[in-house]
Amino acid sequence: MTSPGEQLLPINSNGDVVLVRQQVRAVAIQAGLSLVDQTKVVTAASELARNALVYAGGGQVKIEVVRNGVRSGLRLTFSDDGPGIPDIEQALTDGWTTGGGLGLGLSGSRRLVDEFDLQSAPGEGTLVTVTKWSR
Amino acid sequence: MERVPILKLGDILIVSIQIDLEDQSVLALQEDLADKIVATGARGVIIDITAVEIVDSFIGRMFATIASISRMLDAETVVVGMRPAVAITLVELGLSLGGVRTALNLEKGVALLNHLDGAQIAAARR
Amino acid sequence: MGAILTVQSDAGRRRIEELLQQHEEHVLKRWLEIAATTPGGHTDRGDMTARLTEIYQALRQSFLGSGDTSDLRGLLAELSRSRARQGFAPTETANVVFGLKQAVFELIEGDGDTEGLKGFIWFSRTIDDLGLFTFESYATAREKIILDQAEQLLELSTPVVKLWEGIVAVPLIGTLDSARTQVVMEKLLQTLVETGSEHAVIDITGVPAVDTQVAQHLLKTVVAARLMGAECVISGIRPQIAHTIVTLGIEFGDIVTKASLADALAYTLRQSGVQVTKGRGTRVTVRTEEGD
Repeated sequence: MTSPGEQLLPINSNGDVVLVRQQVRAVAIQAGLSLVDQTKVVTAASELARNALVYAGGGQVKIEVVRNGVRSGLRLTFSDDGPGIPDIEQALTDGWTTGGGLGLGLSGSRRLVDEFDLQSAPGEGTLVTVTKWSR
Repeated sequence: MERVPILKLGDILIVSIQIDLEDQSVLALQEDLADKIVATGARGVIIDITAVEIVDSFIGRMFATIASISRMLDAETVVVGMRPAVAITLVELGLSLGGVRTALNLEKGVALLNHLDGAQIAAARR
Repeated sequence: MGAILTVQSDAGRRRIEELLQQHEEHVLKRWLEIAATTPGGHTDRGDMTARLTEIYQALRQSFLGSGDTSDLRGLLAELSRSRARQGFAPTETANVVFGLKQAVFELIEGDGDTEGLKGFIWFSRTIDDLGLFTFESYATAREKIILDQAEQLLELSTPVVKLWEGIVAVPLIGTLDSARTQVVMEKLLQTLVETGSEHAVIDITGVPAVDTQVAQHLLKTVVAARLMGAECVISGIRPQIAHTIVTLGIEFGDIVTKASLADALAYTLRQSGVQVTKGRGTRVTVRTEEGD
């Protein structure tokens, strides 16, 4: 079940990745993030959505506004039922890739957000939760 | 999928990205540009990203690829109009865009290409 | 046992609700009197009467049906804000709210109403919550003001000045923290775009010390400016800062650094094709060379 402040978007095509970016931007503005922070979190969302598409053949993302005292923020939860990541430490290293990319997707998005949590095991899919707080 | 149009001005090709780039559009643009450079014998490529709100690693890599391809085809590439927020994000992401020339706006991009051209001619004369 | 207690307190609660309805005029009048005895309670009698009447109605509404307290909380937050603006301490505002307890208690005590006394425990807890809520609203409003002011201060302390056509500078003064550095740097990059300037000087003569984060931000700004097609020069690095940067192992790479703002200006002028010549006497004349 989703509360009013939440939305769930599918990631099944390249077009969906663009939709995720647009929706994350809209919610980031709503959460009061600065232009630079909006750009950072949208870029991270783009990387993570593409990861779900390329490595797991698709997945979904939950977008929600979160609060912590007077600060508000944006939380994104990407989930997929793909093959999972055997070595998380390695996957978070700059330049490490199995998909022919630059290897900046995971490690780069981690630097673009304030909180980053990655849960995965082989055969059990991947769950990435990121949060960006307004300054 | 939307295709990004390529404009020709003298011996410069100008690409102004006005849409939210899908990965497929990015790949198509790379191919279209290479074809067009060969077909027109262009000596310079300008990619205008004034309207682009985010550049992720995939789009960033396209710039580097286009620069390498066009250099191989004897054309220089300049990326112009990158927004401050996009530049800050790219630095944080860890993307350096090595080998890609940049300029603040279209006008300065054209000036840079002409300058590079002039320098080449001067070097050839020496 | 638990069930019995619930039944009892439900009965008590109903009794309080009845009392609040039957004796509305009396309780409200008494509440206003008590509120007036709190410091500043008498300042604007009319305004206070209107507000407390509204709150009283909303409180009774919240007891009915769904128990939705959003209206009530909205009114209380508004009361808290307006009193804070008039300079009252949050305790005084909370005391105004607590005054309702006394008004109701006097009524129950006068009747010798046992059912009402039981319900009063529940009522008292509810009012305590509401009083604390006004306190919380006050704290939140305060915190927001502080945040806003900090932001304004950041804006004020970050001038980006134009030195020459195509050259801008940020003279940084005072301690740099991570947040301030980020704001300055964003502003600098924005100015580069707006003015079409290809050169920037970041002058840190007035900065006593930098930490790793600040040094990193400076570095990232220079790289970001390059991505946009502009070059930055850092000037006025103090010996201690140079020492810090080297000791911290931060790679400044091919970033141009100059001893003073004057040196940096001369350098950027040269880079943008402007020649500075010293004429006879002490006059300095400047002319721009077309092309380069």
